[in-house]
Amino acid sequence: MSLNEKIAYIDLTTGDIQIKPIPLDVRKKFLGGRGLDAYLLYNHTKKGCDPIGPDNTLMVSGGFLCATCASATARCHVMAKSPLTGLLGSCNMGGFFAPEMAWAGFNHLVIKGKAKHPVYLYIHNGEIEIRDARGVWGLSVPESQWAIREELGDQEVKSMVCGPAGENLVTYANVMTGIKNSGGRTGMGCVMGSKNLKAVACRGTMDIPIAHPREALEFNKRFIEQITSAKVNQTQGTIGTPFIWGATNSWGGIRCRNFQYNQCEYADDIEPEHLDEIAEETIGPYHMTGCFGCQVHCRAQYKIPDGPYAGRYDEGPEYTSQGAFCGETDTPRATTLLTANHLVDQYGVDNLEIGSLISWAMELYELGILTSKDTDGVDLRFGNDDAVIEMIDRICFRKGWLGDVLADGGVQASKKIGKNSFSYLIQVKGMQNLHSDERATPALALNIATSSRGSDHLRSRPAIDLYHLPEPVMRKIYSSPVPYDGPLSSEHTEYIGKPWQVFWHENCYMAVDCLGICKYHTTFLGATLPNFEDWAKVVYYNTGLELTPKEIWEVAERCNNMERLFNLREGLSKDDPEKGDVLNHRYHDEPCRRGAPDVVGRVIDKDKFLKMRAELYEHKGWDENGIPKPETLKRLGIDKEPSHLV
Amino acid sequence: MAKVLYVDYQKCTGCRLCELVCSVFHDGISNPARSRIRVMKWEQEGLYIPMSCQQCVDAPCMNVCPVKAISRDEDMATVIVDYDKCIGCRSCVAVCPFGAMSYNRMEKKVFKCDVCDGDPQCVRFCDMKAVDYVDADEVSIHKKRDAASRVSRAGKEAAVLAAQL
Repeated sequence: MSLNEKIAYIDLTTGDIQIKPIPLDVRKKFLGGRGLDAYLLYNHTKKGCDPIGPDNTLMVSGGFLCATCASATARCHVMAKSPLTGLLGSCNMGGFFAPEMAWAGFNHLVIKGKAKHPVYLYIHNGEIEIRDARGVWGLSVPESQWAIREELGDQEVKSMVCGPAGENLVTYANVMTGIKNSGGRTGMGCVMGSKNLKAVACRGTMDIPIAHPREALEFNKRFIEQITSAKVNQTQGTIGTPFIWGATNSWGGIRCRNFQYNQCEYADDIEPEHLDEIAEETIGPYHMTGCFGCQVHCRAQYKIPDGPYAGRYDEGPEYTSQGAFCGETDTPRATTLLTANHLVDQYGVDNLEIGSLISWAMELYELGILTSKDTDGVDLRFGNDDAVIEMIDRICFRKGWLGDVLADGGVQASKKIGKNSFSYLIQVKGMQNLHSDERATPALALNIATSSRGSDHLRSRPAIDLYHLPEPVMRKIYSSPVPYDGPLSSEHTEYIGKPWQVFWHENCYMAVDCLGICKYHTTFLGATLPNFEDWAKVVYYNTGLELTPKEIWEVAERCNNMERLFNLREGLSKDDPEKGDVLNHRYHDEPCRRGAPDVVGRVIDKDKFLKMRAELYEHKGWDENGIPKPETLKRLGIDKEPSHLV
Repeated sequence: MAKVLYVDYQKCTGCRLCELVCSVFHDGISNPARSRIRVMKWEQEGLYIPMSCQQCVDAPCMNVCPVKAISRDEDMATVIVDYDKCIGCRSCVAVCPFGAMSYNRMEKKVFKCDVCDGDPQCVRFCDMKAVDYVDADEVSIHKKRDAASRVSRAGKEAAVLAAQL
């Protein structure tokens, strides 16, 4: 069963490989996936280590329920110190890689050192081999996976790879598997590249016994019905995540022209319905695909209809690509979107980061801070589709002065560009924001400001706050599994009660990341979707481990505190504009100019924001500086870190 | 009326939940290598095809079996293995034209789809109904309708083209 899955310590410098079991008390404390990764990261890296040096440690893991008969347990988590932010580096992806690793016998890999030449790991039924990857180095994301299959003579091999962007040490390069499953944000592909590690290839046929198979099977069926009956997931399964972009843009929650506007106009060409038409025309009536064991199937398939890459097959685009390559840059054209989406999938780079940086550079170009000399002749105007495509290429291959500078990430680039460029950078903790504009939604603004990996919507976003749920419904969600009787507000422009919502969602998302379940299967976009109560059952049926919903909540709290400890050790300070829990000044100073009547004119009130932040720290058991109090760490049993349990 | 598994691969999203529930239902274990149904994939073109036993009438596995361990259950329209007779020679694995007869390395025996005694779990869990369980004589009527609609569409498109000339 899952409890038998192993952890492997791999030193790429010496070639030493050690395989160990994961002790039960460690499982109970951290479960697996992101939570155990956070513990391992704190314990296996030294303070101040160079993110692209051999001392950085790369964790690759599946969740605790990975490859069991729970629903949608495909998630793979990858963690290391981030070359982009210098703080926590952490990413999560779906696909088929993590289950294959579990059937090959492993839930966690801890990879240290640096290989002398490009290598890849081949993990096969309990055995790990370090193999020469010189023949694969330089290949694109999909090509490198097919090349590894050819070499191993096995078409069922699943690989996690870095693309050319990772090899070229672009600080926000992705790890990827399949056509487009991406572990994006914080540059874990760059860490792979820095270790000369091109890929981790897995193939497994080992048994994972299910503790109570009939109950697990029936509960899975019930779970699927609950998940697929939610309207939000039916929509995801028909037109994919682009519907989120369309809906958000309609009321004015999308960044446009970097941060000048909060709505992208004339965007019919990239609305979800049109993208769906393209998928239907180029693939056929059934053009949705998904990750292992998932019935939501939120990913579209398409072929690029025209332009220089016409006819190429890819998957997506997700709402993140619409925002990054259309909204922020004000180039709302389907061909640009589908081409840019294809290129980032080929090169293995974070679409959010690269799109946001290109739109930042466009604003600087417009302001005269960057000139055509700096761009080597690229006309970096907003609305210039060709410039977007060209810059993706230049950044991933570090071509030209600006391509090379932007490949180092926004904060580093702003130091080279100078001239107040930093103040236009829409980042938190050195990571660019999603394409969303949070000026009208204080809860979402608090979420991105305090997320453990920088400006991120997947760590604590109370997205259901936008649904104006009746207060009794909210109270039911937010007062379980721990009681809460403080204020709650159904109004998304309000500030009261929001810190608790952010705190609740932070623990909710940490729990799914530890279990290895997709966020579309929890209270993220749908208020009726499963959470703590259901997971306690699903854990018991599949693994036999008895945990109460409150214990799962505590695991999540513990793991969130582990991440905080790591960030504090690496220099997080709450008011530091580069490494703090703060927003860019534009959120407070520049009112929204477009959108719905209750959105126009909105800013985030700085005093109220700081009050929310202080309240959030209090919920978390942190002091006024955002440092976990000794009694909090003691309560969670992590007051003696690093404790080196594994 | 006996029913058969009917695969419409165009509907398949490639999620492989069928493989998971098949192995959990039969063996209480998660392991696609134990699944009676497997999804063959060509990820580079987004093509996914579930493959399982066709329950052939004149089944090669049945014909090749040296100890007559394989027979047809006409009520269920299935081909079944009698494990009391099976000697584990794997001749059936070798001759099956669909690769539908598999061999379990751990338990040293062959295995194949038994339609879960009339409630195939792959069908029950497949939201898209890329794998369905239908009356044997209903299979071709669906295909006829699909083909007819393609003919009709082609006719309309041709008429539009002709009108443009």
